[in-house]
Amino acid sequence: MAAELHVALVAADREVWSGQATLVVARTTSGDIGVMPGHQPLLGVLESGPVTIRTSEGGTVVVAVHGGFISFADNKLSLLAEVAELADEIDVQRVERELERAKAEGDAAAERRADVRLRTVSAR
Amino acid sequence: MGAQLRVYKRRIRSVTATKKITKAMEMIAASRVVKAQRKVAASTPYATELTRAVTAVGTGSNTKHPLTTQAETVTRSAVLLLTSDRGLAGAFNSNAIKAAEQLTARLEAEGQQVDTYIVGRRGVAHYNFRERKIADQWTGFTDEPTYADAKKVAAPLIEAIEKDTADGGVDELHIVYTEFVSMMTQQALDARLLPLSLEEVAQEKPQGEILPLYDFEPSAEDVLDALLPRYVESRIYNALLQSAASKHAATRRAMKSATDNAGELINTLSRLANAARQAEITQEISEIVGGSAALSDATAGSDK
Repeated sequence: MAAELHVALVAADREVWSGQATLVVARTTSGDIGVMPGHQPLLGVLESGPVTIRTSEGGTVVVAVHGGFISFADNKLSLLAEVAELADEIDVQRVERELERAKAEGDAAAERRADVRLRTVSAR
Repeated sequence: MGAQLRVYKRRIRSVTATKKITKAMEMIAASRVVKAQRKVAASTPYATELTRAVTAVGTGSNTKHPLTTQAETVTRSAVLLLTSDRGLAGAFNSNAIKAAEQLTARLEAEGQQVDTYIVGRRGVAHYNFRERKIADQWTGFTDEPTYADAKKVAAPLIEAIEKDTADGGVDELHIVYTEFVSMMTQQALDARLLPLSLEEVAQEKPQGEILPLYDFEPSAEDVLDALLPRYVESRIYNALLQSAASKHAATRRAMKSATDNAGELINTLSRLANAARQAEITQEISEIVGGSAALSDATAGSDK
């Protein structure tokens, strides 16, 4: 079998991305974790942060994930997130404005969200 | 024009205007059902994956969690009732409210106190009018609920169930919503959301599938801690979406029969108007004939 795994990245209200990949790097509560084909079954809690998917075509997909879960079994990986955005969907200027506003208002949650988005874009 | 005929004409005009409105509402509702159905379908992958994950934790570990343990004696329950903000949907809201009332009566017969949580202006109005206590209420998003709305609804419910019963917490959480079966069938039903019985969840998975032994990161307890509130939110989100789809389908049906009835009424009224017009003409003719006969009788008499 070719060394690839099927990835399904689903948000609460839509399927964000799905396809074949060779490596998925995500951040769980206990640290970054890289999942390659043949990994042992895994179920973990995700931290907010960018998730990097190395597709089997050689490309890279970066997604901003705000909390959720990672589960892997039978070479199928699912990333469940309440909110997830592809790096291409993120409007950098808007996020920067949001970040400034969040800092000014002292809204820690919004600041963290904006920060995650920016890190996602820069990781692309 | 005679008075009778004028009255009929006026009624036909007003019914025609009503028919146009109901027809438009029917078509709007029809397009919204499709949209709502699509949203239900879009939320399915998340719900399925979440159910899988909950099943995996439930069967792969012996973890105990307040959200999965059944209280020995249930003293207080929460009932979440999903209605719509707007009416004109046939029996949609009254069916849901009736189902909630039956559930409340059943729980009270078991000696439980019932806290009612309501989504949708219709349900709130119903309970307020009868001066019944509402623990919490949400309105304004029933037509197109978002995941954020579901989170908003779920938060106080999860908080209530995690609290001790003595401090005003609840032991069980029930939800009453309208299931979208098909375009023609929607069914109000109640379901127990919490405490979650993991065996029941496990039965929902396809038969014969063997779940792998998962490695939990950081630990099974922590995963379950994070997973269960999300699971509840996703169930509430699904119920909200189904409820919205059902409401639009019910509106469509109600407006379709209103349009049909208006058409029938217009037919009946047109016949009556025609009869009235004919009667008027007949009367006019007989008056003319009678008048001329009287005149000719009079002149014939003077000739002699």
